[in-house]
This record gives sequence, structure tokens and C-alpha cells, in this order.
Amino acid sequence: MTEEVKAPKKEKIPRQKMPEQEPKVRARNFEEVPHGYTPELAQKEAERCIQCKDPRCKQGCPVEIEIPQFIAKIKEGDFEGAIRKLWEKNSLPAVCGRVCPQEVQCEGLCIIGKKDEPVAIGNLERFAADHQRLHGRDVLPPKADPTGKKVAVVGAGPAGLTVAGDLILKGHEVTIFEALHGPGGVLLYGIPEFRLPKAIVAQECNFLERMGVKIEVNSVIGRSETVDELLERFDAVFLGVGAGLPVFLKIPGEHFIGVYSANEYLTRSNLMKAYEFPAYDTPIVKGKNVATFGGGNVAMDGARTALRLGADHSYIIYRRSHDELPARSAEVHHAEEEGVEFLLLTNPLRFLGDDATGRLTGVECLRQELGEPDASGRRRPVPIPGSEFVVDIDTAVISIGSGSNPLLTKSTPGLSLNKWGYIVADPKTGKTMKPRVWAGGDIVTGSATVILAMGAGRMASNSIHDYLTYGW
Amino acid sequence: MFEIVERQEMAQGTIISNWIKAPKIAAKAKPGQFVILRANEKGERIPLTMADTDPAKGLINIIYMVVGKSTALFKTLQVGQGYLDVIGPLGQPTHLEKVGKVICVGGGTGIAVLYPITRGLKQMGNYVYSVVGARSKDLLILEDQMKAASDELMICTDDGTYGHKGFVTDKLRETLEKHKDIALAVCIGPVPMMKFCCKVTKEFNVKTLVSLNPIMVDGTGMCGCCRVKVGGQMKFACVDGPEFEGHEVDWDELNLRLRSYVAEEKVSFDQFKGAHAPGCSCSR
Repeated sequence: MTEEVKAPKKEKIPRQKMPEQEPKVRARNFEEVPHGYTPELAQKEAERCIQCKDPRCKQGCPVEIEIPQFIAKIKEGDFEGAIRKLWEKNSLPAVCGRVCPQEVQCEGLCIIGKKDEPVAIGNLERFAADHQRLHGRDVLPPKADPTGKKVAVVGAGPAGLTVAGDLILKGHEVTIFEALHGPGGVLLYGIPEFRLPKAIVAQECNFLERMGVKIEVNSVIGRSETVDELLERFDAVFLGVGAGLPVFLKIPGEHFIGVYSANEYLTRSNLMKAYEFPAYDTPIVKGKNVATFGGGNVAMDGARTALRLGADHSYIIYRRSHDELPARSAEVHHAEEEGVEFLLLTNPLRFLGDDATGRLTGVECLRQELGEPDASGRRRPVPIPGSEFVVDIDTAVISIGSGSNPLLTKSTPGLSLNKWGYIVADPKTGKTMKPRVWAGGDIVTGSATVILAMGAGRMASNSIHDYLTYGW
Repeated sequence: MFEIVERQEMAQGTIISNWIKAPKIAAKAKPGQFVILRANEKGERIPLTMADTDPAKGLINIIYMVVGKSTALFKTLQVGQGYLDVIGPLGQPTHLEKVGKVICVGGGTGIAVLYPITRGLKQMGNYVYSVVGARSKDLLILEDQMKAASDELMICTDDGTYGHKGFVTDKLRETLEKHKDIALAVCIGPVPMMKFCCKVTKEFNVKTLVSLNPIMVDGTGMCGCCRVKVGGQMKFACVDGPEFEGHEVDWDELNLRLRSYVAEEKVSFDQFKGAHAPGCSCSR
């Protein structure tokens, strides 16, 4: 058996880290935390991929990127080849390389990860996209011949941008309608500059525009135009409007000045650039003691934004324990490094404030301990009687998820909604109960991740293409 | 860009009227709805209720008082220039129906918001009493328009330079006493005015609509900044309003939340005035 002849044992290459800003320094600025690989580091990391014949990493990717193939291109130094490979399946690689939860997707399934750290697929994806943006030739992927079919995409977030990117490649005309004054959705208003620079979001949207996608900002579908009116002008409509409704704690005192929904806090800071006030006109309360309620990625974004706005103390107040934090581990790690203080197993009871000025002064909380597992399998937190205590805060950011914004759904007869107000859509195709209307992303699933929205966009775009091509 | 095609200074330059080219919005807008405007890339998103529209010409009319940096910046925009972003129509339109006799009460720039509603109520066949007020005669706006939109118009000024000397609440009370069959009141103006109008109409048990102007960001129900307490419930003025049943509104909470950024607004306005000194724009 020829396999018996062993190749000389290769020196094991450790997983290459991206250089990043020092925690103490970066906690006070809005610049991106990691700097990204150099070509040398990227090629070294790419060598760690063993090019599995039946790659498991790809199964973990909601948009099914040919992961070993793009990594092979990086290894060869063919960086343009790498980005072309990525573009086949993903129109937002610079975004995904930064914000995907790779540890539970591609990297979570990487075979190298069984014994060693997995190949840094996300970092490599980011490298390929960044290298193209900064040093690449001005190339565009090839487009199919025009079909004459027109598609309206409602919402310029991850789901909508994916649908637009897919369908423009297939020769259809695509117009995106965006309610805010700039495209990107959560990539623009939600995820902070230090995690996803807005120049990159603009670049990815510009890429789609250069491909021929029209983007109409300031278009609040449901108000400025209805879905039924769009159906008169377009052959198919995709709804990717996001969840878009803030959830409050429903405890007393939420009216005090300084209490924000995460949506508002992050929109002020990211979309409106309130961190540059007064150079930019939109203000934000720059709290000295800030508490962010919740334990997800958005909560980490809120707590880390508070530090950069100048907080002395930035707390995460979360009702379960560290193990249950739903945020990506990298986000929790970054937050901890930067000095975010975690008040775990803590439940807020009421906000305290100054009735004369209306300003927030504190939050009364109750300590909890972990009890028996609940329906989700997570151990249910149980209050400890008499353990009330007050945290002095002047700013609160409520980040406990979001609900379904009814603005579009209520103005669209024929859509079927579930009991939480999310749109009912076929999980395999994104088809809604309304003819010629597809939906995907958070408005179908409730708040999830960028890449899951993109995955839903991919499935919908395949289904829309089938419909436009074959009539079903 | 959304071009300004007509511009007028009112109330000694403290209030500005703009007719703006926005055909899509003009085609859809109904009385009571608002738009969000942003002057430039660094600007705030400012919500303003439309005072009028001209769908045939594709125009919308906004009337605003200069109160801070953003509105001072808006004031610098001349005919031919315009706004970077105009978003709308937003909010729920006024529910216009024939109820018989109605009274419409407006103060300050609130009169601009009140005007299309008044006109709409009259067009529906209601008998419309209107009361409009300002601090002084020179500061009163849209008198002619309100006169045309009403069956009877009463005018009040705080200093007595025109019409009744006193507050709009005086005339409101007087009219409600005289005409017990008034079925609806619409009161739009500064928060204290609306609050006290509601106290009066409550005494007479007359249903009262008000239009609220809390601070907003996106205007589509996404951020929750504009939350107001109405009937003990949290409502978002941008999507549930801006009009609400006045007797249910928690006025004191609204008043406090309107003061969220008083310090920041001063910093921003002072910096703007510094950059535009000398030659105060009021004198133009």
C-alpha cells in the first residue's frame, strides 16, 4: 500500500492571530479592533488548511462558500482568485469575515479543530475581501444576459443585499428600497464602527451598485409606497426589513432621560455618528456609568460603545451566568479585555431617577442563582429573596432582543403573520402566503445573525430566480 | 437633493416656511402626517409635520420655528438649495370625519400643523370654530388660511396686540360653554398649551386630539426614542401617532423627555452661532 510511504512530517503551523489594537487604547477610540492579516500571515494561515475532499466547513456555512477552494487561492498567492471564489457565493465577504459567528459555523466544523485550533476561515475571508478593496484590480464578477425581469428588494440589510447581489448576477433588474438615508441596515446603524467600519459597508453597497443594483434610500415601504404598489411595477418583491422593533424591560422608570433601547443608542452612535458630536449634529448621553442589559452581541456592542464614549464604568447586566451569554465568544472576550464589568445573575427591577430633571440615577436589581434547566435546556435563573441592590448609573442601554415592526406588515394585505407578528415564509424558499412576495431575515425568524439573514436571502433569491425563469 | 422652490420668513424671521420638491411624498401625504428632514451629511434627522401639500406640483410645505442649531441651519437654505434627505409621509393621518361641530385650537407653529386638519374637518362638512394664538401680533402665522378653513376664527395674543388679550384656553372655554354640542376638539401647539387645553376640554368632556412632537431618530418605530405614555401605555409617536387622545397623555413625562439634550443643544447652537457671526441671520 502506497500510503505507507510517509511524507516527511510537516512542521505544525499554529493558528495565526490578527494583529489588534491594545485593549486599553482601543477602548477609547472607534477604530477597528483587529488590523487584519498581512499577505504573509494570510498565506501562512492558508497553509494550515488540509483541503479536505468532503469539506465539513462548507456545510457549516449558510451561504455555502467553497471554503477550501478560496483558501487554496490565498495559499497560492492568487488573491484575486480568492475573492472571485468568494463572490460566487457571497456578495458581502468583507462583512462576513468580520461579523459571522465562525466558531459555531465553518470553523466549528473544521477538522483541524478536532485536535488543534481550527483554520481561521473568517480571518482569511476578511483578508481576501480587504486585499481586493485596497490593492485589487477593478474587477467585477461576470453577469448573465439581461432577462428583462424586475425585482424589488425591501430593506438594504444583509438579507436584501444578498438577494440583490444574487439576482443581479443572474441578469435581473434589481431595485432596493431602504427606509433610512443610507444602505446597510443593521450593518450601518447597528454594528459599531470598531467592529465593522462603515467605509466597508459603503464599499460593499457600492460594489452592488456598480453591478447595476439601484438603491433608493429614504423609501419607507408601507408609507411612501405599499407592497401592492411595488407589485404593479415589479415581477417579484423580497421583504428583508429586519425585526426593527425595540423591546423594553417593562419595568418602572423607563421614561427617564438616559434610558435607551439598544436600537436608539447604536443608531445615534453609528448611523448618526453621535460619537463625533458636536462635529455631527446628533447628540447622545455620554454617560459616566453605563449599564447595558442583555448578553448578546448587540449588548456587547452597546457596552463597548459606552466605553468609547468615555464611560468610567460600563456594565453588562445579565440575568443568567457567563456560560449562557448568547454573544459570540470573541465579542465577550473583547469586552472583558476592554474593561466591561459583568454583573451576571442579576435582574433589574426598576430604574431610579431624579423627578425634577427627569434624569436616570440608578437601577435597582435583584441577585439570582441558577436553578433547574428550563425548556431551552438552559438552567433557569431563580431570584434570591432579599438580595436587592442598587447600581448607580446615568445611562441604560436595553438590549434584550427585538420584536417585529408592524409598519410594513400591517400595510400589506395577504401576508400571513405568526403570533409574534413575524412573516410566515417557507423555510426552504422564503415564499410567503402572498403571491410574488418572498421574505427572509429577522422579519421571518426574529432577531438572529447577519449570516443567517444572508442565508435566508440566498434561498429566497434561488426561489425568485426559479420563479422568474420557469414561472414557479 | 430635495429642492426648496419657495421660501418665506414669517413672524419676524423666527418661523420659516419652505415648499419642497418631493413628488412621491406629496402624492401620498395626508393631514396629520410628518416628514423627517436632514440638511446635510452631518445633520440631525428632524421630524416636522407637513402644513400643506400640492400633489399636482409635487410639493410639500413645512413650517418650522428656529429653536436650535438644526433649524437655524435649515433657515440658511435658500430657494434652489435643499435638503439632503426628506423621508415620509410618516405617522398616522388624522382620522377626519363628520361629527357636527368641532373646535380647532392652535398656538405658535402648532397652527401650521393644525391648518390642514382644520381644512379637512371643514371639507368633511363640520362646523369649525378655530382659536389661534401667539405671544404677539407679529408672531401670529397663517391667519388668512385659518380664516378660510374655519367657520368662525378667534384670535388671542398674550400681550393683547391683536384679538383677545390672553391665552387660547380662555376662548376655548368660552366657546365650549356657549356651544355644548361641540363634539371634538383638536389642540396643537407647545406642550403647556396642549396640556391646559386638555384640562379645559376634560371639564366639558369633549374628546380632544393633540399632535405630539417628541424627539425622534428613525421615525419608523425602530428606536423607541419618541416613546410617550398614553393611557398608561408606552406608545411610539412616530408610528402610533403623532396624534393621540389628549386626555390620556402624560404631559409631564413628555415635557421632561423633550429636555433630554438641552445641554448638548446649547453647545451645538452656540458653536453654530459662533461660526456664523458676525451678521446674525435674523437681520437678513
